[in-house]
Amino acid sequence: MAEHDDVREPVLIAEGASAPAGLPKGLRRVPRGVDEFATEHLIVNMGPQHPSTHGVLHVLLELDGEEVVAAEASLGYLHRGLEKLSEHRRYHQIGTLLDRADYLSGVHTELAFARALESMMEIEVPARARWLRSLLCEITRLSSHLVWMGTFGMDIGAMAPFLYILRDRDAVLDVLEEITGARMMFNYVRPGGVLYDITPKAEQMMLEFLDRFESTYLPEYHDLLTGNEIFRARVRDIGVIDRDTAVAFGLTGACLRGSGVAWDVRKERPYAAYGELDFDIPSGSKGDCWDRYMVRMEEIRVAGGLARDLLDGMPEGPYMAKVPKVLRPPEGEAYASVESPRGELGVHVVSDGSDKPTRMRLRPPSYFNLAVIDEILPGHMIADVVAVIGSIDIVLGEIDR
Amino acid sequence: MSPWLDGALRVLAALALMLTNGVILILMLRKVLARFHARIGPNRVGPKGLLQTVADVGKLLTKEDFAPRAADKWLFTLAPLVVFVPAFAAYAALPFSETWVIADLETGVLYTFAALSMVPIGILIAGWASSNKWSLLGGMRAAAQQIAYEVPLLLSAIPVIMLAGTMDMGVISEAQQGAWAVIPRWYIFHPIGFGAFLLFLVAALAELNQTPFDMSEAESELVAGFATEYSGMRFGFLFLAEFSNSFIVSALAVVLFFGGWTLPFLPVEWVAAVAPVVFVLKVYFGIFVLMWIRGTQPRIRIDQLLSLGWKALIPVSLGGILFTGILLKVVG
Repeated sequence: MAEHDDVREPVLIAEGASAPAGLPKGLRRVPRGVDEFATEHLIVNMGPQHPSTHGVLHVLLELDGEEVVAAEASLGYLHRGLEKLSEHRRYHQIGTLLDRADYLSGVHTELAFARALESMMEIEVPARARWLRSLLCEITRLSSHLVWMGTFGMDIGAMAPFLYILRDRDAVLDVLEEITGARMMFNYVRPGGVLYDITPKAEQMMLEFLDRFESTYLPEYHDLLTGNEIFRARVRDIGVIDRDTAVAFGLTGACLRGSGVAWDVRKERPYAAYGELDFDIPSGSKGDCWDRYMVRMEEIRVAGGLARDLLDGMPEGPYMAKVPKVLRPPEGEAYASVESPRGELGVHVVSDGSDKPTRMRLRPPSYFNLAVIDEILPGHMIADVVAVIGSIDIVLGEIDR
Repeated sequence: MSPWLDGALRVLAALALMLTNGVILILMLRKVLARFHARIGPNRVGPKGLLQTVADVGKLLTKEDFAPRAADKWLFTLAPLVVFVPAFAAYAALPFSETWVIADLETGVLYTFAALSMVPIGILIAGWASSNKWSLLGGMRAAAQQIAYEVPLLLSAIPVIMLAGTMDMGVISEAQQGAWAVIPRWYIFHPIGFGAFLLFLVAALAELNQTPFDMSEAESELVAGFATEYSGMRFGFLFLAEFSNSFIVSALAVVLFFGGWTLPFLPVEWVAAVAPVVFVLKVYFGIFVLMWIRGTQPRIRIDQLLSLGWKALIPVSLGGILFTGILLKVVG
């Protein structure tokens, strides 16, 4: 940020403290003091090493006391060059990279990529494969939202929910392991179908978990957080994103639905088995942290119900289409998107007809969702910064790629 | 026995009590919180993890004695002691039984509150001296919180003092001996005492920096608040003081509202024989309740905390004193 000429003398608390990075021009406000008493704003670096920035997010905060005057997210600490790496790999090798983008719901990224390839190569995906894809998407959505709920609780200061959800997430991961052989890095959705069929044991485990979860654990979470007076006081009217701002910033997922726009890729551009399924799109009205919280909690319930429907109505037949051993999509490009737990996750693939993509680009939803914090954070307290960032549900793996 | 030797022995007894309490509470905190969090807790060191504290202390003792380059070295070293010493001194007036008191003070309640109120000064020093912005914010929060909650904490104890007519903790305990028919004569079961206890509980949680009022640490907001730059035994001192504060506040609650060492329905001589055990068990139950709250509640925001303190607790507790005064005058 050296190019900004407006950087003031750094504000030091004590002699010898290292100089904080300056904020870019235009973000400065004049410090307000009582009776013209000279006060200075404090600039703190929240992250990349901070317990509540969900990994390695770095937020520059300019504070007036405890109140945020300006905020700016600084990204890139987890950049691994996934897009560039993809250009040096054959198409069937890319899935394993994509799992590492959004590591809480790898299936969704795989699915978006597979759909882009299928549309280029005009592969017809068998019905059973489409239903299996939807099933995997819904149970990873459930586990991803659980992790979000736990960490959000932790941001607000409640330790217990996080440890409770880990118990449930473990059960979900066991199911995923039974189906795909992996707990997080699945590489399960392949162009043309899926890697394995579901086993009766996995089906059994899934239903057992859902019974337990819906009857006992989910109500327990509502008791722990939703009904808690302190929790409500902390999230109500905090981090309000109004409808217009949400649309203008290109928010998707629960952040958009929380602001009252019931838009969901699963409904608008149905993929996998979603066109044949009947489900609700929960949405909020005000766009505060509470609405986003309630939308996600409802989505957990809906995802559980969808998983049951998908298990019930699973069609018979092959789970993989006939695809060539080496994938060579014709010259051209394709974009496909899915509704990941965080929003619209898109993959854009450009092919020159060879066995490697010329360019592969991810549209990570939490990257776009995070952009809104510069706009909404000023005026909040430090404690709210944590709540707002938590309510947006970011995964740095997909933001930095 | 010479008064010097007597004094020295009493101080040593207090120190032994404080350290033992620390040892027990570290393990208890980890085990109890683990149970509230649907996990098992430490179970590797010694049988059922009983020696975990030994491992913890060993780790703290062998850590590098580190201070940030920019820290104010003198204050940085002083701060843990400023936190530690008053916490230690507060043990003096606690009545474990009719005779087991380190220093039998007539103004025991006031003395204990005074000792407790020194702690945030040390936290403020720690926050300032660390030369870390998160620490500073934690220290400032501690100062704001102390001013807001010291007052209602003391005010909430006054109705009980008025009921008992003394500030001597031993006499307050004795006044709660016996029972009204089936209800123990403890002040918690007295209509005024019950209201005072609710105020006391809220103010005490804030005074202890306990969830939901753990503002100055607030690990999800301020990294570790005032303790961010502390490690090794300095950190150990800060935590020892914190554990000992929860003992003291819990002991205050026991004396003021739960009858001190007394037990109802049993012959007085029997209870007197095991009075210290009764007292300590009651105190540890209080600490268990604190941990319970810590395990389940989220954290309130600093502005909500301050407005609760100034706008609700202080007026209500002042009103409570007035009400108690009128009641005592009218009823007798």
